[in-house]
Amino acid sequence: MDPARLTKLNDVTWQIEPTGAMRVPAVIYADEALIRGMDDKVAEQASNVASLPGIVGASFVMPDAHWGYGFPIGGVAAFDAEQGGVVSAGGVGFDISCGVRTMTTGIPLAEVERVKVALADSLARAIPAGLGSEGAITLDAREMDAMLTGGAAWAVERGWGEPEDLGRIEEAGRMEGARPEFVSARAKERQRHEMGTLGSGNHYLEIQVIDEIFAPAVADAFRLALGEVVVTIHCGSRGLGHQIGTEFLKEMVTAAQAAGLVLPDRELACAPILSEVGQRYLGAMRAAINCALANREILGHFARRTIKHFFPEATVPLLFDVSHNTCKVEEHQVNGKLRELYVHRKGATRAFGPGHPALPAEFRDVGQPVLIGGSMGTASYILVGVEGSEKLAFSSACHGAGRAMSRYAAARTWSGRQIVDELASRGILVRSPSLRGVAEEAPGAYKDVGEVVYAAERAGLARRVARLRPVICIKG
Amino acid sequence: MSPAENVGAEQANPPSETGWEHFAHDADIGVRGWGPSPEKAFEQAALALTRIVTDQEVRPLEDVKIVRTAPELELLLVEWLNAIIFEMATRSMVFGRFEVTFDGTQCLAGRMWGEKLDVARHLPAVEPKGATYTALRVARTPDGRWIAACVIDV
Repeated sequence: MDPARLTKLNDVTWQIEPTGAMRVPAVIYADEALIRGMDDKVAEQASNVASLPGIVGASFVMPDAHWGYGFPIGGVAAFDAEQGGVVSAGGVGFDISCGVRTMTTGIPLAEVERVKVALADSLARAIPAGLGSEGAITLDAREMDAMLTGGAAWAVERGWGEPEDLGRIEEAGRMEGARPEFVSARAKERQRHEMGTLGSGNHYLEIQVIDEIFAPAVADAFRLALGEVVVTIHCGSRGLGHQIGTEFLKEMVTAAQAAGLVLPDRELACAPILSEVGQRYLGAMRAAINCALANREILGHFARRTIKHFFPEATVPLLFDVSHNTCKVEEHQVNGKLRELYVHRKGATRAFGPGHPALPAEFRDVGQPVLIGGSMGTASYILVGVEGSEKLAFSSACHGAGRAMSRYAAARTWSGRQIVDELASRGILVRSPSLRGVAEEAPGAYKDVGEVVYAAERAGLARRVARLRPVICIKG
Repeated sequence: MSPAENVGAEQANPPSETGWEHFAHDADIGVRGWGPSPEKAFEQAALALTRIVTDQEVRPLEDVKIVRTAPELELLLVEWLNAIIFEMATRSMVFGRFEVTFDGTQCLAGRMWGEKLDVARHLPAVEPKGATYTALRVARTPDGRWIAACVIDV
């Protein structure tokens, strides 16, 4: 994207002035190099989002944005139901509530190095990963509905997780307002054998070492110590979320037409929040959020069990669990007035600053842990929510590195074996059922996550706390 | 006309009468099929979808039939590809041969042949989550061929 197309507000804030059907401006948070690396489609899509009814403030774009579906990936937009605001299936995405969780271990890297190969092999066996892998959990109709209502709390009740985890998960592990009866039989069928599976693509489980601390006091509050390892899991609502996304996208194309909405892009399909379709989607999407929360809780339990086999003394508490594909009802100050808004974050992480009432007591003084995934071979980051970010993008931050190269190009540039060998020579063990999948996810296919989080920090969206370097990577 | 079966290349150059290719999208993969009729273009787009999952041979051991409707041809392509994704996911199968017939422009009868996914043999790369309306196009090109294309979220 050519920065000359944008109005520069400061080094990391750029604006697209409202023209045509745009009701509000679009605001992009990124430095000039990241802007130059963004596809023109990002500006086009952010401008299209700005034209949707009931949008409040601006259509926001995070530093890791790339070309998405209707919304850019890395897009944030809030809507007011009372002002004719809409909810968009495309604005949440196919992988509803895809997200990241990190668990601390207190184990120094040197101890992990001694058992690294065995630990990698054990984790690869314990975590069903990749297409064609099957979980050990099959849900009948009653359990499916209990899971869709109960989320991570359901998983804990069934013995897959610890009660202490729940306070460290957004929504305390259970999304209110889930309506399993609005989830189709086909979506439930797709999920029957997929609980406790990682999926494929950019989903992973990693053992990472904390190799840099940026904010020592916050790191202490998060129990992050230099040289210790953590476990990070990136995955979502599996087949259930994909099917809900598919079905409602289709239904909203018709609903938007019926509501008289002129959409510049079919993928922006949406429905008024207060319409029957809008309410039905919200109920189904919240059920999918619970599915994702339950799935990450189960995978966390599997990982914890494996780690405890090697390190019986380790406690492996959950640091936090965040979702980055959601629409959530939140209260935000807008021009001095508290308003209830439906905040879409498509490839963006909620990042509440200190004092926010939704935060667990132990984080209320410091702010919310914001977990930023990397890709195999590159760093991940832990950030913290900061005061003032509410005014910038409704307390949101980036979610990952963002792709710099398509899968198509990546698979032609690298071979999977070459990537696995190169990473092994750098001390990173990759375990994946698919070498082509590894090639498509090559570290070189992603933007520099360090630049992305630095831009987020400079923009005031969140502050860096720690950098994590991968040691073992289980890829789907 | 025989149903489409494991034909096509990732990049046909010059393009043959019938074929498929993948095209780039920032995070995901586009599929494009072409042929002398929209039916053939749909069959080829389905092969391109399978090739997202596996490069290996897929044996036509079982068949699955589906019927889908949509208000227009482009939306029908998304329905067709999503129906295949659903059958792949719930049956744990891969398909390597497809046959499409239309009843008007709003109803599609599809048949697909394939086998149970065998991780060791098919070496599956990535799981398609859904067909999208992004870069969605079903059209007749000036040279008379039909093309059917969209981006698949993976």
